[in-house]
Amino acid sequence: MSDTQERGLTAAHRILEGKGATFAVLTTVAILIGGLVEIVPLFSERAGPGTLPGIHPYTALEVAGRDLYIKEGCYTCHSQMIRPMRAEVLRYGEWSRAGEYAYEHPFLLGSRRIGPDLQRVGGKYPDAWHFEHMRDPRSTSPGSIMPAYPWMNRRSIDPADIQASLRALRRVGVPYTDQEIAAAPADLQAQAQGIVASLKQAGIDTPADREIVALIAYLQRLGKDGRAAIAAGETAPEGAGAGTR
Amino acid sequence: MEYTAERRTTETAYDDAIVKQFLLATVIWAVVGMLAGVWIALELAYWKANLGLPWTTFGRLRPLHTNAVIFAFGGNICFTGIYYSLQRLLKTRMWSDTLSRLHFWGWQLIIVAAALTLPFGLTQSKEYAELIWPIDLLITVVWVIFAVNFFGTIAVRKVQHLYVAIWFYMSFVITIAVLHIVNSLAVPATIARSYPIYAGLTDALVQWWYGHNAVGFFLTTPFLGLMYYFLPRIAERPVYSYRLSIIHFWALIFLYIWAGPHHLLYSALPEWAQTLGMTFSIMLLAPSWGGMINGLLTLRGAWDRVRTDPILKFLVVAVSFYGMSTFEGPMMSIRAVNSLSHYTNWTIGHVHSGALGWNGMIAFGIIYWLTPKLWNRPLARPSWPTTHFWLATIGIVLYTVSMWAAGLTEGLQWRAFDATGQLKYPNFVDIVHQLQPFYVLRLLGGLLYLTGAIMMLVNVFRTIAGPVTAPAPAPAAAR
Repeated sequence: MSDTQERGLTAAHRILEGKGATFAVLTTVAILIGGLVEIVPLFSERAGPGTLPGIHPYTALEVAGRDLYIKEGCYTCHSQMIRPMRAEVLRYGEWSRAGEYAYEHPFLLGSRRIGPDLQRVGGKYPDAWHFEHMRDPRSTSPGSIMPAYPWMNRRSIDPADIQASLRALRRVGVPYTDQEIAAAPADLQAQAQGIVASLKQAGIDTPADREIVALIAYLQRLGKDGRAAIAAGETAPEGAGAGTR
Repeated sequence: MEYTAERRTTETAYDDAIVKQFLLATVIWAVVGMLAGVWIALELAYWKANLGLPWTTFGRLRPLHTNAVIFAFGGNICFTGIYYSLQRLLKTRMWSDTLSRLHFWGWQLIIVAAALTLPFGLTQSKEYAELIWPIDLLITVVWVIFAVNFFGTIAVRKVQHLYVAIWFYMSFVITIAVLHIVNSLAVPATIARSYPIYAGLTDALVQWWYGHNAVGFFLTTPFLGLMYYFLPRIAERPVYSYRLSIIHFWALIFLYIWAGPHHLLYSALPEWAQTLGMTFSIMLLAPSWGGMINGLLTLRGAWDRVRTDPILKFLVVAVSFYGMSTFEGPMMSIRAVNSLSHYTNWTIGHVHSGALGWNGMIAFGIIYWLTPKLWNRPLARPSWPTTHFWLATIGIVLYTVSMWAAGLTEGLQWRAFDATGQLKYPNFVDIVHQLQPFYVLRLLGGLLYLTGAIMMLVNVFRTIAGPVTAPAPAPAAAR
């Protein structure tokens, strides 16, 4: 320590340095304030992100697909957040509204765009495009540096597993009903059959229980509710929803 | 100076075996974590580099790389330095040898568990908090063990005043506990899967409050503590300003915690939270540079030795990179700058100027200084640290410059319009292609940095296997 004479601040701090417990308590207080001020208000109606009418929870198959999106780390290269800038809206579609994320556990905004944003990818391409793209990204996007995911056509999802997921999601606030959870395996089958049928029309044969089917269901859902809700909000009277941030 | 006096009176009292264990873990995990980084860098340059395997795709290996370098390499060097310096600063042995061992083996178990889950896609997806909930519980237990041992040692100290390094260690121990617990709250669905209790943007804010403060309190405050202990010891100069250390400590820990929302600028996160995040990030420049200034000015009168001493070279460059990245960070938090830099490789360059420049370089300096002291042997390859230093420095320059260039390229091309007001590069892949040479250059930078780390690993192990120094400890030549 270079100071030879200690006065004021340094003298007072010297005393504090002799009291380990007090020092620890003051440190704790100092590091808690910022987090409390920023995070706690988000749970309130007025200051928080709010909700957007017309946003619905994912179906059982889409939840399974979302879990695969997480498992494969898709979020490490693809964002799901379109910033309110002209270039972004032109490239990806409507900018993201806070209420669109109401049922996202965990959030998947991403932090890097090694590939393009996916928030509004739902409905942009046919199911068969996604099937081919995941099997061999370069078949649909020449020059892509994305890895191929052929194992998604071989691996199966476990429909029994899905009820545990929906129950856990309900516990964190997603409003699934008892009936929805009970019917989840059947719902999952039905939605998967729909995708299998649409793939068949394009000449692709794949069993309904494959990972790729669940992933396609999830990708095709992305941004759809939000787009509809925003369109509805724009025609609704002022203050009704869509502009909520 | 001080060192020999300590040695004579209390040598047997200190537990240096635990320091040795953490140091060896550090050098091993450094190589593993950087190797994973080089591999995923290769995958971006040549997409076939995952060899067609599911376990080695970028999406699965990227979290393995970040966890390995932050928590395995970064964590172990912090514990190495803390266990070494805390005992000496408080003139007492660690409070409990059992807890020290539990901490060491528990932490290594967490790292192995991460390596056995992440490549299989078992992840929670929150950046730097990917590990699944059973491992999260293990982290909590191990952290409590460390905290009890840390505060227990403070309680039985034989020195009344807590030296500045210990303030920084303390903020590390406390804050990481708070961040980890709050961010990891989730409801399990299966043994490997859980869903966080927070929804959407609230979850995003909690995560980036955690994520940014993992940088603040895992990669900054404990490392500043290391700087405050090791830099004056190695340079044999007192800390420049006691008053400055007080001011910048309290300002840094108070301001850092607010900065998280700068990761969510222009998102749908409520505007007020974004503005708070940006404002506090800019203010953070002051206490960050307070630390840098205090570190660099501590070297006053020792600058001639920087020319010849590779350990001081590592420390000087480390503190300089700390200053550079803590200037760049606040700048990137300005909304207008962030609109260009966000989502791009610029962010990757920024992180690595901090991680490779600050955390890596200070760790290497400390390892080269501690190894001869702990094992009482001269370095087996005394000239290698200088080579390591230059490999690492050139590696960092290649890395950051290529990522800045790549980030600006993609950021500008994403938003470029043609004369008719349409996107100039509507096909995303066309922009991806422009980045290929930068990805190759970055790979080269990473390879140089990894080569240096491997030289360090070899040097440390050869030193341990070599003959003991007779009879005086740690000759000056070993520096």
